[in-house]
Parts: sequence; C-alpha cells; structure tokens
Amino acid sequence: MTLRVDGTTYTLGVDTRTTLLDALRERLGITSPKKGCDHGQCGACTILLDGWRSNSCLALAVAHDGAEITTAAGLAVDGTLHPMQEAFVECDAFQCGYCTPGQIVSAVGMLDEVDSGWPSAVTAAGDVEVVLDEAEIRERMSGNICRCAAYANIVPAIARVARR
Amino acid sequence: MRPLRYARAQDVPQAVRMLAEAPYGAYLAGGTNLVDLMKLGVATPELLVDVRRLTSERIEDLPDGGILVGAAVRNSELAADPTIRTRYPVLSQALLAGASGQLRNLATTGGNLLQRTRCPYFQNITTPCNKRVPGTGCSALDGHQRDLAILGASPECVATHPSDMAVALAALDAVVRTRGPDGDRSIPVTELHRLPGEEPGRDTVLRHGELIIDVELPPLGFAANSRYRKVRDRASYAFALVSVAAAVDVVDGVVRDVRLALGGVAHKPWRASRAEDLLRGAPAIEHSFAEAADAELAAARPLPGNAFKVPLARAVIIRTLLDLTADLAEDGR
Repeated sequence: MTLRVDGTTYTLGVDTRTTLLDALRERLGITSPKKGCDHGQCGACTILLDGWRSNSCLALAVAHDGAEITTAAGLAVDGTLHPMQEAFVECDAFQCGYCTPGQIVSAVGMLDEVDSGWPSAVTAAGDVEVVLDEAEIRERMSGNICRCAAYANIVPAIARVARR
Repeated sequence: MRPLRYARAQDVPQAVRMLAEAPYGAYLAGGTNLVDLMKLGVATPELLVDVRRLTSERIEDLPDGGILVGAAVRNSELAADPTIRTRYPVLSQALLAGASGQLRNLATTGGNLLQRTRCPYFQNITTPCNKRVPGTGCSALDGHQRDLAILGASPECVATHPSDMAVALAALDAVVRTRGPDGDRSIPVTELHRLPGEEPGRDTVLRHGELIIDVELPPLGFAANSRYRKVRDRASYAFALVSVAAAVDVVDGVVRDVRLALGGVAHKPWRASRAEDLLRGAPAIEHSFAEAADAELAAARPLPGNAFKVPLARAVIIRTLLDLTADLAEDGR
C-alpha cells in the first residue's frame, strides 16, 4: 500500500491489524502523532486524513491505501512554523508537550471546519456565522485531552490564529 | 488482536455475498467503534469487508419532501448539512452532542446506528457479561450502574444504547433501508434495535450479512421546531446519562402533534409513545408535560445506582418541551 505523508510518498506492506498510527510511528518513523490512550479518547494521535482531522489510532491502515496524511510536523514549510505552531509557542500552550502535535493539527482542522460554516454543540440554532469564542473553541477541541491542563493557554493560542 | 483478513468489495451485492459466506466476518465502515472493540478483544472478526466506499455519501431530497441519507455520510457532514439544520435540527444537534470532532469525521451514519453499548462490563473481557458471552451473567447488577438502563431492561442485561443520532432518528420516524442475503427491506429505526430480553447478544434485528444502505427521513413539517437536549457527567465528549429528542406542533396553545424519544435510558432509543399519546390535544403547558413524563416513566425499573435517572429524565422532558413551546410563543404562532 502507499501513503502520502507530509508531502512524501511511502510504499509499505502492513499487517491487516496495523492502525494508521502504528504504521506512521513504527513503520515509517514518523513520530509526530502520539500514542496516548490508543482508543480514540485522548486525541494525541490526531492527523489530517485526506483533509479531515481524525484519530489515527482507530483507522486501520489497509483501509486507507493511497491516503493523503498531514501530521503536525508536516504543517511547517521549509523550517518556517505554521501560524498555529507559532501561536502555541508564543502563548506557552503546553507543559509536557505530549498532546501538543495532536492539539495543533486538530486546531488547524477545526478552523477549516469553522470556515466551512460547520456548527458545534454550542452554536445557537439557526446561526449561520460561527463566532469562535472561548466556549466554541473548548467545545470543538473537546476531543483533545491535555493531562497537564494547559487549556488556559491552548484556547488563547487557537483564538489568536482564528482572529488572523 | 486476532489475525484478520481484509477485503474490499466491488459493489454492495459482492460485499453481501462475501459476508454471507463468512460467519465470523463483519462489515467495516469508519471503524471508530469496531476497531476499538477489536483492540479490547470484544470483537474478534476473522474477515473485515470494507464498505466505506460502497454506499452513498450523499444527502438527497426525496420527491415526497423527505431526505435520503447515504449510509456512508460522515456524522460531521450530516450534522453540518444546511437542510438538516433547518428542517430536522434535532438530528443535527444530536450528532453534535456525540463524540468529538475527530470521531464525527470518521464515523458514518450506518455505523453510528450499529455501535455497541459502552457498558464497562461489556467492554472488559475479564468480567462476566451476557451480551458478550451469553450465559455468563451480568456484572452490572452488582456493579457500577450510573450509565445503565431504567426502561425495558431484562434480568440478563441492563445495558444502554450509546447513540445520540439514533434517538433523534427514532423521534423522526426514520426508516433504515438494508440489503442482505435475503433481499432488501425497510426497517423503522424504532424497530431496528431490540430490547435485551433473553438474547442480549443481539443488539438489532439485522441478520448476518445485512448491510445498511441508507436512512430515509420522512417529511415532517413541524420537525423544524425540534430540539435535542443531553445531560452528561461533563460538558462535552461524554455519553448521555439522559437525553431527549423532541419535536412539537402547537396550534392556539394546544399540542397538535409531538414526537418524543429518550436516550441513555434503555437498550434501544426509547420512543416515548405513551407520553406522545397524552400530549396530543393537551394544552401546551408545564402541567401537561409533567403528566406525560410521569406516564412514560411509570414503567421505569431503576437499579440502586441509577435511580436518579427517573427524576432526571422527567425534568429533561419537561424542560425540552417548555423550551420548544416557548420558542413558538415568541414567534407569535
């Protein structure tokens, strides 16, 4: 099977039971997506899978032959940080850093969803335009857990990018 | 995880044939629940037939004013669809109340309906569970009961169905269309899931190899005035303790028609038919809503650890109906 990860195409053979997360980390040495709970509950493994933010720990690799994947590491271009990465550094939006790649790539995917006009559970019924306030950011990012509880700085970091 | 064959079919008929010939096979769509259960050792398929690209990913208008939702439509896309948000807001709100943004992007309409209970004893292969291994007993009866059923349970099983989407679909009289080894059939969502009875291992009436093709939403004008309200142990990304899907049509202060379903309380999405019967023709006031809730919950048989769900369900039913009818009053209708 082939995977295109952060702009590079890889050809590999995998056991049918291998998840995308394990294929990336153990087979291709791409360690930006992290293994936290391995059950889709913590979001540390989040990638953009054909553009959709997804838990790579619950996706079987064989089912995604030919997929286009973006990890947090792939957001930087030629050594220049992505605005979301810059904002996380500027806002000190992490402590241990283990959840950070998942947080960053999830936040980038989340802002795309907002740009598409997608509502969330806290968007008022009938609202066409989403106002990305703190309640919206917290709801939309609830699939990414930070056990250091750096949320107080993660939310402002995402809000900073959203305002640009 | 046990060794596994993976196959991709050319089309639906081939997928149905492949699974019919594999008694220990399963369909794979988004995988968000199935892959998790495989890691836990709860699901042990020998063959996965990937159907993610086989069924429709489209949301289409039907000539009768209803909507057809392809089985492969992602939960996130269905929730964001402008037509669904306008004409069936309860469905969009139910989807957005479930899971996380990442999971909703992977999970499909068909798969959401077929997800399995999150009862901790079902998910833990070291504890007895009649649903997982028939005849071993129910650990929940002497265990952690906060998330378990208060309606329609049996001595064999007190698990709840975890889907929010299915509660909205049950309220909307949605119909699941399937194709199986014995042909096509249409099953109302209210009849898709089973009560546990003596066979808790069977979540639904689907036969082995029967594949969900799409879900039909019948036209229901007053569904534009509908709402999903979910109560859970944290503000986001948790399963329901109790949820309510409701749609109400009020004319001159009287309930002309109503749809009401409960989540988090039973082995299936619980259509509150008894409450609906009492509400039709009743004045749209709190007293009517309370009487209807009491009538529906009279059949509740809670466990010591989830008795709080009975007054909670009553309160959420009343609050949801009040919110819906207050909106009508404000609109001057």
